Amino acid sequence: MSEAIEFLPPRPAVLSRRSAIIADLADLLPAECVIHEARELVPFETDAFISYRRLPLAVVLPKTTAQAAAVMKYCHRYGIPVVPRGAGTSLSGGAIPQEDAIVLGLSKMSRILEVDYANRTATVQAGVTNLSISEAVGVDGFFYAPDPSSQLACTIGGNIGMNSGGAHCLKYGVTTNNLLGVKMVLVDGTVVDFGGKHLDSAGYDLLGLVCGSEGQLGIVTEATVRLIAKPEGARPVLFGFETSEEAGACVTDIIASGIIPVAIEFMDKPAIEICEAFAHAGYPLDVGALLIVEVEGSEAEMDATLAGIVEIARRHGVKTVRESQSATEAALIWKGRKSAFGATGRIADYICMDGTVPLGKLSYVLKKTSEITDSFGLRVANVFHAGDGNMHPLILFNANDPEDAARAEAAGNEILKLCVDAGGCLTGEHGVGIEKRDLMRHQYSDADLAQQMAVRSAFDEGWILNPSKVFPLDGRPAA
Amino acid sequence: MTLIPHTETDAAYVIRNAAAQGTRLALCGGNSRSGFGNPVEGTEAMSSRGLSGIVDYEPAEMVLTAKAGTPVAEIEAALGANRQMMAFEPMDHRGIMGTSGEPTIGGVFAANVSGPRRFVAGAARDSLLGIRFVNGQGQVIRAGGRVMKNVTGLDLVKLLAGSHGTLGFLTEVTFRVLPVPQSIETIVISGLDDATATRAMASALALPVEVSGAAHLPQTVKGRFAGGALPEGAATALRLEGLAASVSVRAEKLAAVMTAFGPVSRFDMDESLALWREIRDVHPYADGTQKPLWRVSVAPSLGHQLVAALRLEAGVDAFYDWQGGLIWMRMEADPEAELLRRYIKALGGGHATLVRASEQVRAVTTAFEPQSDAVAALSARVKQKLDPAGIFSPGKMAGAL
Repeated sequence: MSEAIEFLPPRPAVLSRRSAIIADLADLLPAECVIHEARELVPFETDAFISYRRLPLAVVLPKTTAQAAAVMKYCHRYGIPVVPRGAGTSLSGGAIPQEDAIVLGLSKMSRILEVDYANRTATVQAGVTNLSISEAVGVDGFFYAPDPSSQLACTIGGNIGMNSGGAHCLKYGVTTNNLLGVKMVLVDGTVVDFGGKHLDSAGYDLLGLVCGSEGQLGIVTEATVRLIAKPEGARPVLFGFETSEEAGACVTDIIASGIIPVAIEFMDKPAIEICEAFAHAGYPLDVGALLIVEVEGSEAEMDATLAGIVEIARRHGVKTVRESQSATEAALIWKGRKSAFGATGRIADYICMDGTVPLGKLSYVLKKTSEITDSFGLRVANVFHAGDGNMHPLILFNANDPEDAARAEAAGNEILKLCVDAGGCLTGEHGVGIEKRDLMRHQYSDADLAQQMAVRSAFDEGWILNPSKVFPLDGRPAA
Repeated sequence: MTLIPHTETDAAYVIRNAAAQGTRLALCGGNSRSGFGNPVEGTEAMSSRGLSGIVDYEPAEMVLTAKAGTPVAEIEAALGANRQMMAFEPMDHRGIMGTSGEPTIGGVFAANVSGPRRFVAGAARDSLLGIRFVNGQGQVIRAGGRVMKNVTGLDLVKLLAGSHGTLGFLTEVTFRVLPVPQSIETIVISGLDDATATRAMASALALPVEVSGAAHLPQTVKGRFAGGALPEGAATALRLEGLAASVSVRAEKLAAVMTAFGPVSRFDMDESLALWREIRDVHPYADGTQKPLWRVSVAPSLGHQLVAALRLEAGVDAFYDWQGGLIWMRMEADPEAELLRRYIKALGGGHATLVRASEQVRAVTTAFEPQSDAVAALSARVKQKLDPAGIFSPGKMAGAL
């Protein structure tokens, strides 16, 4: 595999003290919370951006905020890099460690601390999985809205780090819109609270700043999130079109008409075939593109909303309209969509892009995307959140062929630049990580980036928190 | 004298000079919140109102970009013509503040102004997608963009929203808009005490009927709403919005459940529009006085407890929005800041902001909720990174902020 993306060189002063550091960590934490044997470190060497791997110096898995704070205080004192980790499902390399870093994993902090229906909040430890919140409150008629495809595995801590979205955020917003408060360990081990069960912050919106900061401002150990009453019913409907252009134009018109469904998901022909072969969701195979549109509410409301959408779809020459007839069918439709990445992984290696574009540019960007992948001789499957313009081209390649891998990376970069040039951004919900770090100058000026980095320094002057990520390695402020 | 730059470049030039000379600038839009925040000595006013106009509006994409000094009225007119709106329902402060300036869109975001829909549709900061601003060194900075989903780099957009002109001079804002609901209806339950009303609102929000406004107007203020047309007793108002067919079905359902709490009456679209505008603009306390007025944000279930506790020790009048979590509180005489903030802390946290008071009271009362030492120190470091010379109204929000 090529290694086009650089990491910061390991700090010699840290590497040379490896055994002393491990001994000190063993003093700070219970024995089962410190991992340092090489073979036990292997599971932590990468995340879902598997092209890059680095064995960390050690892994710590604190059980309490106080233990996380003790580790931060120690690492701050000795200038040891710390890479926070939730479930390791990052698609941008946000949780990939480096040789001189301690991975601070949240897997032992996975309790739901309090569910408060009167205030519609849940307070959880950061290692709780996304789905387990909705599962815990579902019987009482509530749910937690952001639903990344990896929700079975990914943690709230990781969701906060990347400001994760999901299919249903068209109506309910992404993590930052559903996050009320966090408990966070600052780089020097101080523990602070931002927000709580109340709305809006008292001073600067540091909660808003922390959400999506990719583990560079501190370690979130607890979070208070907003719960929402579950709708009476929800109905996903499949709309099949001859071409991607027709489907894209239909999405633009649905939004323009003032109808906002809960979700509008897009799949092109390759994605439909891959997902159908895996999940047997009943997707039509004789179409060039598919939209999954979900409406919710009472029967009357769903009927009325759907009628409007069907009318628009007909104007765009829709070939197939299929409503789910049962809860099982609805679940299957979503299973197919949410397993898209996994299903793709069974037929080829892939990298998943995450650019967002203005809705009016959907068709144009789809067309350009396939031109770009064609020109590199690569295959692409598109499966994404069309309602908010968040594209996910999956570029298929063979990881055992270094040249093919390099081509895939280069094609991905071209596609992301295309998204920015179309008025969008590099990443809608996966984060910058290492993957898009070196493209940041394509979206921001040097002054824009310098300002962001200066604010980052206000939290972590020595840049020990997840240091190889987000910002280009050159042009950083002197530590 | 107020400095009114007409281009972003001029604004940057003025700020660079001010930083070099250590001149303090009080950044503002139309001054409709003049008198808000801690008083800051020796500032020169600088307004964004010379930077005016809608730059780009794509109704089909539900995104609008405007220069920061654009009047809110101009934005609302453009949106209205396309049956769209700002979902966060920004309030108009002129009534309670007794001011007459023209509210600007930059001011709305700089103060993170939101209305009754905030607890379902988010605050102003949640709709704000991108900004351009001039930092304290006179550099033009762009943050965010014009798409709804964007995690590219640090979210300086949220940091600037609600920073009240202490971190940067907004020159342009890009925000998301939503379609105007086809139909609106309000269910009013009458005669509930504050505690029962809080329970009623919580159970309404636990129902799958999508309540988009939940306010409780106690007997003392109720007469000031809807021209006195609300039924006998305190009024607990629940708003439903959406497709006409759906709103009437949901209203039936909600009314059926709420009847268990008290007599229920229903208000149509026009009545609802007027009522929720009055709730949004804190109509009962647009009273032409300078009596201390607090805006308190706590967990919704705690609002009425806070008011009950204060009533035993101070002259206080109050009403509730956001399911009980937003309390507008008018003090009869003394602002009772210490008492209020002690009770908020004892109840589990939240914040109180002194929105209005006489000059004498403002001089000795901290307008914003004091922060823990660690958060205050961190906030000061953040301010230092955006405004190293400390020229943007230092102290307006607290200490160095």
